[in-house]
Amino acid sequence: MLKLPIYLDNNATTPLDPRVLEAMMPYLTEVFGNAASRNHPFGWAAEEAVDYAREQIAQLINCDPKEIIFTSGATESDNLGIKGVFEMYSQKGNHIITATTEHKAVLDTCKHIEKLGGRVTYLPVDGEGLINLADLEAAMTPETILVTIMYGNNETGVLQPVREIAAIAHKYGALFMTDGTQAVGKIPVDVIADGIDLMAFTAHKMYGPKGIGALYVRRKSPRVKVTAQMDGGGHERGMRSGTLNVPGIVGLGKACELCRLEMAADTARLSVMRDRLEAALLELEESYVNGSREHRLPHVANISFKYVEGEGLMMGVKDLAVSSGSACTSASLEPSYVLKALGLSDDLAHSSLRFGLSRFTTDEQIDYAINHVKEAVTKLREMSPLWEMFKEGIDLNSIEWAEH
Amino acid sequence: MAYSDKVIDHYSNPRNVGTLDKSKKNVGTGLVGAPECGDVMRLQIEVDESTNTITDAKFKTFGCGSAIASSSLATEWLKGKTIDEALSIDNMEIVEELALPPVKIHCSVLAEDAIKSAISDYRVKNGLPALEEAKSHH
Repeated sequence: MLKLPIYLDNNATTPLDPRVLEAMMPYLTEVFGNAASRNHPFGWAAEEAVDYAREQIAQLINCDPKEIIFTSGATESDNLGIKGVFEMYSQKGNHIITATTEHKAVLDTCKHIEKLGGRVTYLPVDGEGLINLADLEAAMTPETILVTIMYGNNETGVLQPVREIAAIAHKYGALFMTDGTQAVGKIPVDVIADGIDLMAFTAHKMYGPKGIGALYVRRKSPRVKVTAQMDGGGHERGMRSGTLNVPGIVGLGKACELCRLEMAADTARLSVMRDRLEAALLELEESYVNGSREHRLPHVANISFKYVEGEGLMMGVKDLAVSSGSACTSASLEPSYVLKALGLSDDLAHSSLRFGLSRFTTDEQIDYAINHVKEAVTKLREMSPLWEMFKEGIDLNSIEWAEH
Repeated sequence: MAYSDKVIDHYSNPRNVGTLDKSKKNVGTGLVGAPECGDVMRLQIEVDESTNTITDAKFKTFGCGSAIASSSLATEWLKGKTIDEALSIDNMEIVEELALPPVKIHCSVLAEDAIKSAISDYRVKNGLPALEEAKSHH
């Protein structure tokens, strides 16, 4: 029996894999030691577990275990990476380059940097959601200390050309950081091959627990350092103080190991499923995929259904847990800034749905989702005056709307 | 957001969805809202000119569940009412009936606008002046 509602919001968070929970359990009870306690077996057992997790994580992203700094999640990692570089490299310069489609954890951190006197360039994206490498190169200055561009976008799944971006950053002597939150564990991410100097990621987007993430900080060629944003006992090589979240770290380690072992199979299965979902929904007239279909995470689809209002659509697909490109905060609707950056009009941004598939998504769930969305869109269009006008060939832009 | 049972009922089983022949002299059409704002309502009334009574009402709405419910409810209320009675429908009656939360009050305002706009259109078609309210509400 199909259980409703169906969870297809895996870019927001993924369920905990039972195998991850099993690995974590002992560290919530009997193995409770503080990994920083050097004087007794309780501390040693915790430290051993942390060291093992570091290796599991390092294997997934091809780094040295010592290059992993544990944090509370990707938001903290983004903050630590950007603010930490800004402070540490202030002698060299104060210019940071990012993109308009970044997560708020990056954008708001950059806004903070600007208040501190830093200069930030926000690169635009094209209709596919990709930054232009020539724009990036033109924006580089001798004062540029950091280029921070996300690996895969949380709303559209669009993958930026990180290797090319890293090469340009390095050519001008800047560091390259990437928010790998959506990509790590889903597609091969190799910090050496990709030229990544710092990378934020988190456990709960890859079937691990919430509240634990990491910042990869390169130790060799170049040796990167970030100024701590949390003062205290000098944990994590002085870059992030605070008693280590041992069960969380064990969970992140196990989640990484499972992703490394199962990524190829998961990707093969999920991309077929995603493509099937997308193809079926594109059978609806006036429906559009948002973002590049070529450079994209395999498990994400973002589709706009023209002439249907987003919130009404969300109500119509009540059997699905998905996200919409419309955040109705108050009387006014706020369309997604990411979709707007791709050049979507407000109404198309409002009427978008984001589907994020997971390791646990089944074909049966996708079948149900297809029918459910098709029914809801069709029903709402039959009720929509805009759809009727479109069908009659009336140009909606020719109408003088009474703005309210 | 949690919707009231009545909003869900109107959303799931909207009353009087459809289109009346706007070329007819006794049909008034109101089109209010804007696509960028996320709400567009089209409300139509058919009037028995001898009694000044609304004999039929239809709507189509692009909008959230509350907007759909507000316009669906409006068409239910309009049928059988005289033009004057219809003009007295206040948006707060819709808010109360559907238990709309404060952030959704604008949906009821839009429904009231749509009623007035449809009546105004009917009046103009029949040689009467447009309603001041319908012209200057925004």
